[in-house]
Amino acid sequence: MIPEIGNFSLMLATAVALVLGTLPIIGAARGNLRWMALARPAARLMFLLVVVAASCLVSSFLHDDFSVVYVATNSTQALPVQYKLAAFWGGHEGSMLLWLLILSFWMFAVSVFSTHLPREMIARILGVMGLIALGFLLFIILTSDPFSRLLPAVADGNDLNPLLQDPGMVAHPPMLYMGYVGFSVAFAFAIAALLGGNLDATWARWSRPWTTVAWTFLTIGICLGSAWAYYTLGWGGWWFWDPVENASFMPWLAGTALMHSLAVTEKRSGFKVWTVLLAIFAFSLSLLGTFLVRSGVLTSVHAFASDPRRGVFILLFLGIVIGGSLALFAWRAPKVGLGERFEIISRESMLLTNNVLFLGAAASVLLGTLYPLVLDALGLGKISVGPPYFDTVFVPLMAPALFLMGIGPLARWRKANLPEIAARLKWAAGVSVLCAIAVPLIEGRWSLWVAIGILLATWIVSSSLVNLWSRVRPGEGGQLGAKFAALPRGYLGMLAAHIGVAIFIVGITLVKGYEVEKDVRMDTGDTVALGPYTAQFVGTSEGAGPNYSYLRGQFDILRNGKLVRTMYPEKRQFASKSEPMTNAAIAPSITGDLYISMGEAVSQSAWVVRVYYKPFIDWIWGGCLVMACGGVLALSDRRYRLARRSASEPAAAGVTA
Amino acid sequence: MKPKPMKPRTKRLIMVVAGLATAGVAATLVVNAFRSNLVFFFTPSQIAADEAPRNRAFRIGGLVENGSVHRDGTTVNFMVTDTAKSVPVAYVGILPDLFREGKGVVAQGRLEADGVFHASEVLAKHDENYMPPEAAEALKRARGGQPDSTATLVVGPPASSVHASNGATASGGSKQ
Repeated sequence: MIPEIGNFSLMLATAVALVLGTLPIIGAARGNLRWMALARPAARLMFLLVVVAASCLVSSFLHDDFSVVYVATNSTQALPVQYKLAAFWGGHEGSMLLWLLILSFWMFAVSVFSTHLPREMIARILGVMGLIALGFLLFIILTSDPFSRLLPAVADGNDLNPLLQDPGMVAHPPMLYMGYVGFSVAFAFAIAALLGGNLDATWARWSRPWTTVAWTFLTIGICLGSAWAYYTLGWGGWWFWDPVENASFMPWLAGTALMHSLAVTEKRSGFKVWTVLLAIFAFSLSLLGTFLVRSGVLTSVHAFASDPRRGVFILLFLGIVIGGSLALFAWRAPKVGLGERFEIISRESMLLTNNVLFLGAAASVLLGTLYPLVLDALGLGKISVGPPYFDTVFVPLMAPALFLMGIGPLARWRKANLPEIAARLKWAAGVSVLCAIAVPLIEGRWSLWVAIGILLATWIVSSSLVNLWSRVRPGEGGQLGAKFAALPRGYLGMLAAHIGVAIFIVGITLVKGYEVEKDVRMDTGDTVALGPYTAQFVGTSEGAGPNYSYLRGQFDILRNGKLVRTMYPEKRQFASKSEPMTNAAIAPSITGDLYISMGEAVSQSAWVVRVYYKPFIDWIWGGCLVMACGGVLALSDRRYRLARRSASEPAAAGVTA
Repeated sequence: MKPKPMKPRTKRLIMVVAGLATAGVAATLVVNAFRSNLVFFFTPSQIAADEAPRNRAFRIGGLVENGSVHRDGTTVNFMVTDTAKSVPVAYVGILPDLFREGKGVVAQGRLEADGVFHASEVLAKHDENYMPPEAAEALKRARGGQPDSTATLVVGPPASSVHASNGATASGGSKQ
């Protein structure tokens, strides 16, 4: 009964989405107030219906209802309850429902938090989002129904993929989707502005927080995914340039460009056309990411689907959304007009350079990801594009962006003065060069790449500090504390995010430069040197977890002959799977991780063991989290709250008049 | 020394030229990196026919031949077959969990003068029912099927249906 209720509410939601996607938009074009007024309640009703459907699926999982195909495929009775919840998005159908749930959540959020928007605007925004929801609802109902029955029911399910039975996997997909789908709001704002022809600084101020919040979620989502790959896959890598990773990284690059471009649109009402185009790109890349991961065209963990109908549907949907919005852009954008003029050396020009670099990076990732697929689809052969391509392309594209990150925030709008900036940054430059020379020497091995990485990272931090100091220096206008308290949160968020990037770079640079990776044969009592540590293989023991049995190795970690800790990597055997799973043991610390994973037994007591020392690797994810904190800080900026209050009053007055 | 203020048109020209130059450099860079990092795919039969390059990394795919896996310390030797021809492969390190005799495998590396394919990477697949597309392709070509088809993505029914239906028959009697 419960699955049928879920299915039925999805159908009702489809009807609501159809109304929402048509009447309010037509109403906005014709000035029909009643039709426009439908937008808000319809969006809320749709959210409610989708929540009902999602709750039905959750309930089926919790009740072990193995008469539902999706539950039988992705769960077992023995599965711990938190993974029964995570199994919701452990497969294709549930992931699509999650996508829809999050989309309708964002629609609900827009309907609640946009009381200050003109009613034409809100009608168009929710209408556009309604159309996207309609596409996904049809996709779910026609090709990927999570509620379809399996009769007769099975006694026990097929279990969730053991790789996904992990706390990181509980949080990663929802976070990532909050980001992906969050760009639909920026997209809807852009389309609404194109339809209405009112693209101005106010529009940018409205859509900016939505973009920031989506970007923040996406940053956290990618970070969780990367950390998950690091500790679950057992190779100690944190980024593989896997097409699935690229699929989430491309919207992030476009979204980052969009955030910076929106700043110009809000402050200087420039880059308007460009901003709209970036909003379209960011969401299109999110959709493309969904297509890549969900249609089964990729050979990867995430490619659950293998039904070509789904691929065709998503491709068609993708074509309509991207093609339609670009056509609308081509038709309406010339009317938008250009913003204020600016000089070659100005903050605008630097932000433009940032945008071009980020978009170039996104385009090169797109090329490397899609080219093999297209070639394969056309029957022209099988090739793959390896990580060296992405590494080679990324470093030269990102290095200038990182360099500009130091200068840009200090440059004036419209016209900046290079000698003045140079004078302000001379100390920062000196400190950076010193650090760049000192760090590789301290670490014990000279490397040009490490020097460059550290140079850029310290450059970002020191120039940010110079920037901050110039705003809080005691003197005219108050004391340090008072001045700091008066700084806008948006500004602090920007600094925090930039420093997060620097932390991230330190992590990558030092891991790449000084990691120790050894695959060794170890017998009981054997030792292996690992950076500053020595690992000794003590032996193995056996045991059982909630739904698996394991063989556990014991390694004593010594430093200067003293035992500092003991590590237990495992080989896990899940009852439902024939192959074992490797569970690496990781000893994290701020200066570097020890990473041990068991390979295979080569004799009674000897094993091939993988032992890694990864200096500063946690800084990679730490940097991402600091970037995300920057996003949260920027969101708490009081001008958004003030803007809401002050804008709602004239709008209300306008309606009564 | 104050430079003379430029005319707006000159400025625009400089910006356009600078933009084009940057884009050009970036595009050249990308295309070059792309060309030199393309990894091509060859089947064991192609290698036997000496079609594979000797001085460039490429990928091979097929099945791990039964009884061919020999481990010597950290070095593993095995044969990859497309059922028609086999290639000896050497790999140093730990193989992925899903590496098994008789299962599909994809390896990336170089063919050395000794005729052994020295793999730098043996690709892990995360689902035991999933056949790597390159491996499927190699088998298909060896069987005389049309080379290159997107339909080689999945061999056999998808994991979900196999397991669900097995379960259904198994539990037929135990249903209340």
